[in-house]
Amino acid sequence: MATAFETPPLGEYPVIPLLREGAMAHSKPFVAKPDLQKGLGFPGELVPEWEKVAVTKLGELVSQSRALRVFLDSCVKCGACTDKCHYYLGTADPKNMPVARQDLLRSVYRRYYTFAGKFFPWLVGARDMTKKVLDDWYSYFHQCSQCRRCAVFCPYGIDTAEISMAARDIMDTVGLGQKYSNEIIGKVHKIGNNLGLPEPALRNTLDGLEEDVKEATGVEVKFPLDVKGAEVLLVTPSADFFAEPHIDGLIGYAKVFHAAGISWTLSSHASEAANFSLFIGNHDNLQKVAERIREAALELGVKRIVVGECGHAWRVAYSFWNTLIGPFDFLDPRYPAPQHICELTYDLIRRGALTLDKSANDDKVVTFHDSCNVSRGSRMGNVPGGQFTIPREIIRACVNKFVDMAPETIGETTFCCGGGGGLLTDDLVELRVKGALPRMQALQRVVEEHGVNYMAAICAICKSQFTKVLPYYEHSRDMIGSVHGLVGNAIVLGPKR
Amino acid sequence: MSVLTVLYALLFYVATATLAGGVAWKCWVYARTPQPLKIPIPPAPATRRGVVLRMLTEVTLFRSLFRSNKWIWLFGWIFHVALLAVLLRHLRYFTEPVWFWVDMVQPFGLYAAFAMLAGLVGLWARRFLVDRVRYISSPSDHLMLALLVAIAASGLAMKYLVHTDIIALKAFFLGLMVFSWQELPADPVLLVHLALVAVLMIVFPLSKLLHAPGVFFSPSLNQVDDARERRHAAGWSAKIVRAGRTPGG
Repeated sequence: MATAFETPPLGEYPVIPLLREGAMAHSKPFVAKPDLQKGLGFPGELVPEWEKVAVTKLGELVSQSRALRVFLDSCVKCGACTDKCHYYLGTADPKNMPVARQDLLRSVYRRYYTFAGKFFPWLVGARDMTKKVLDDWYSYFHQCSQCRRCAVFCPYGIDTAEISMAARDIMDTVGLGQKYSNEIIGKVHKIGNNLGLPEPALRNTLDGLEEDVKEATGVEVKFPLDVKGAEVLLVTPSADFFAEPHIDGLIGYAKVFHAAGISWTLSSHASEAANFSLFIGNHDNLQKVAERIREAALELGVKRIVVGECGHAWRVAYSFWNTLIGPFDFLDPRYPAPQHICELTYDLIRRGALTLDKSANDDKVVTFHDSCNVSRGSRMGNVPGGQFTIPREIIRACVNKFVDMAPETIGETTFCCGGGGGLLTDDLVELRVKGALPRMQALQRVVEEHGVNYMAAICAICKSQFTKVLPYYEHSRDMIGSVHGLVGNAIVLGPKR
Repeated sequence: MSVLTVLYALLFYVATATLAGGVAWKCWVYARTPQPLKIPIPPAPATRRGVVLRMLTEVTLFRSLFRSNKWIWLFGWIFHVALLAVLLRHLRYFTEPVWFWVDMVQPFGLYAAFAMLAGLVGLWARRFLVDRVRYISSPSDHLMLALLVAIAASGLAMKYLVHTDIIALKAFFLGLMVFSWQELPADPVLLVHLALVAVLMIVFPLSKLLHAPGVFFSPSLNQVDDARERRHAAGWSAKIVRAGRTPGG
């Protein structure tokens, strides 16, 4: 929806806006076409008696998820979460307050599944399942990037992501799907990656990269595909094959493997780490998409699986793979399964296996954007908080100038980039620009105070999102880059001195 | 025996049964509902011990709430701690002889009544004064606060303004507990106080007051962050049928 909108002003300091009801009611992503829906096992369009189907599905989901049940029952409306969502801070629409977003679903749960809601709906704000409610769901559950920041602040750990996933699952079940996410999941099922890049094109890209790196460094760094018997299977977001700044990250991984002498391979069968099924809350698709990676690992006979820079993919890999496609008893037990590329690189740095020349990045003053799914949905290393320290240690080993943004905007309380959770689509650009406000405010401060000119991230969605929104806030789109882009710059190839 | 005594005796049996039965039922439902995936929220401990410590700091100090909003924390924490002290103080109506530590709690329980009221007023004020909290408040949120304020106020009224016969009251409750009914003093303020408490007990398992048992079942808080080390499976995730081959298969 290309309606005109204003980029919110950054202001001297962040403020909690006053409510502006309905400010984002017009924001709706494109609806998935029937054939797209059917490809994922959903009805093509709104089914007859969809209200009943939706309510039944809600009951099913609640009975299958302790999280959902406890979260729907336990909220006391204390208000602690109300100023924690980047979309609320950027849009001032009250339905973007986490509790109000949850209430869109909770009101229906109460009406059909609780005593109070059945008999005293007006008292507890219970609502019938109507078209108006469904429209509200479609609009506002596609204004949640499932970043879980609100859950960190909730005294009961209520995670709006779980509720928004359930709502999207229900909408898909009644035949109302979101085009962007469902199209991408369809491509993964059909072709093997989000971009729909077929095997020959992928091979072509990788060959081109080998030539580029040879030209730039004089070293024959390989980008292997489908190599049986390799030590490592690398699974990375397909954006890494395709565009700046992602591709610098891929070059960085390849140089790390090369320098460390680790044999590795990509897989054309599992040429995608991303798993957008997470965003639509559908566990059949979630499992199916993840299963490709187990199949590829077995087929290629690798000993380790390493995941590239992708936020939600790492959440799925770290938190869910063992459940969905484990156990990984066929992999080398000396390494974590799966392992993040940052864990691998950090380990090599600590062992002195890489030669890094920080001065190669001396044109940059670097800050690090913690991606929500890495920060709040996973971990790295073997101590809590490793997902924050390990990427920073890598950056510090590769650059001379590094500063962090304000503490309340990084680490476990990091602000989402504004494009996560299946919202990285041009039909939601207004939402994406406004949702990026809190991050942009924090960035602006380190730009002004420390001259930061480079923001590193380890998530393909973050990188794409910032490439798009940075210009709205009068920054260059080149400011965003890969952590392994920095590694790739700093790494000295050739025999170790 | 007066009609009033019979009514209140029955009311308290119903209220107690609803509270105990309702909360037990809900806990059973929570426990029985599977959690198919690992979803701990940071700061997520990597050990069971760490989780126990985390839950303790959450339910005693309201740690997340403290990070989140100092005003809600202040009012909320004061209210809950004061409520606990007041409840302990009331144990003297249900024990004979009164346990020594219940005796010791008595003066604290008295101050606590005022603190509880202050906390409630603070929380209620936010529902009017902060536009965001006003927006998310439904009638039941206001009524719940009104109920608690009325209970505290009627209790304080009996302590300072219109005393009731607490000896007879104690006899009534001790009698209830052994099914030997005694006459209840027919003081209006006492009757209001008791009726409201009974309402609170009945409403408890049907309302947002379920946050009390709910917090212990919250997967984001009570799960150990060990997804890679320990394979988790429950509900649908325990029933995954793998289409692909297995090693050697």
